[in-house]
Amino acid sequence: MTRHTLDCRRLLCPMPVIRVQDRIAELQPGDELEVICTDPGVMQDIPAWCNINGHLVLKQSIEDDEYILLIQVQEQTP
Amino acid sequence: MPSPDIMQRKAVALISGGLDSLLAVRVMQEQGIYVEGINFFTGFCVEGHTHAIRKKDQKKPKRNNALWCAEQLGIKLHIIDIVEEYKDIVFNPRYGYGANLNPCLDCKIFMVKKAREWMEAHDFDFIITGEVVGQRPKSQRKDTMPVVQKDSGIEDRLLRPLCARNLPETLPEREGWVDREKLYEFFGRSRKPQMALAKQFGFEDYAQPAGGCCFLTDEQYSIKLQDLWKSRGSKQYEMDDIMLLKVGRHIRPAPNYKLIISREEGEGKFLQGYRKQYPSIKTTSHPGPLCLIDGDFAQHPLEQPQIEQAARIVARYSQGKNTDEVELEYRDTEGNTSNLRVSPLPPHELKKEWLI
Repeated sequence: MTRHTLDCRRLLCPMPVIRVQDRIAELQPGDELEVICTDPGVMQDIPAWCNINGHLVLKQSIEDDEYILLIQVQEQTP
Repeated sequence: MPSPDIMQRKAVALISGGLDSLLAVRVMQEQGIYVEGINFFTGFCVEGHTHAIRKKDQKKPKRNNALWCAEQLGIKLHIIDIVEEYKDIVFNPRYGYGANLNPCLDCKIFMVKKAREWMEAHDFDFIITGEVVGQRPKSQRKDTMPVVQKDSGIEDRLLRPLCARNLPETLPEREGWVDREKLYEFFGRSRKPQMALAKQFGFEDYAQPAGGCCFLTDEQYSIKLQDLWKSRGSKQYEMDDIMLLKVGRHIRPAPNYKLIISREEGEGKFLQGYRKQYPSIKTTSHPGPLCLIDGDFAQHPLEQPQIEQAARIVARYSQGKNTDEVELEYRDTEGNTSNLRVSPLPPHELKKEWLI
């Protein structure tokens, strides 16, 4: 398992979702991705994207006006 | 579910987040078709952006409707960034613009073409859209719908489940992958048939009908984009340009510079992130807006009287607008600051032709 970070500050939705989608495509099942954003919309959109694409949101938090999500990449079924 | 000896056919759906694409997918699922969705991000999508910025929009759900639709339908959604490629569609639409700068027919052709490439790369069988004949004045007419099929190269692998029975048979129908009799024959601008079908499927909450999902259909936005092109002497834009056109008051007191003045706290906070890219002005003696100054200052430098004029305009929108003097801070892109003291511009001196 490897931990990665993705900086999506100043990006407005759906750009953070697109960045997450593209980054996760490069990662392995079990890897974790921490995403740091400033658009509050990500708190809804990134979990929605994870839900429909079978990945797991381990944690969501707000720190100093930044929205942080921790995602665990899951194995994809064909 | 189809029996194991019958191959389950796969369709890729163009998902806008509106009701029509939601229904089109559900109609296909009812026929046992496996569906995945594609949503294209052009940079002009209304989705979320201004909601995220403006306080007044914060009562609206912040959700991305395309993602929400995919969740409701239980399908995968692929959001594809086409910002760069899309520029050519905006600059040179072969079939022209609609009422504003909306290149609807070219846009549809482009998106179906991109979806076709995705379909071929991922071994899917056909494309579906939520289009309805006669619903849109440019891209959804009986005479323009075949143009989309031809120019995109998708030909008869494009199925429009909501109005298929008004159109010639497509490959999925001919091959028996889908039953034409179970497709629909919606026509025109009325939304009633879609709402009835939504009720039948049990969808109670859905986004407002599509069409208002692109800023290029908005008159004010199109005027601002045309002003941007005129001021630069050519049709061009970057992502930041088109984002900033969605925010603030836009005032052009002279050809070489434009002011972008926040209208509320949320916009001020958003504009603050651009202070390393644009010179800015903010009031210091009174609560007031943040203003970015846009222009090609390497070619046409901002002169001191212009900075003072800009400061007077910004002061006019501050809480010091009725005082004799307002103090402001001008900051360049390097972070160097200088202080200004100006009298707020009286309303009658703010020329109408400056307002974009």
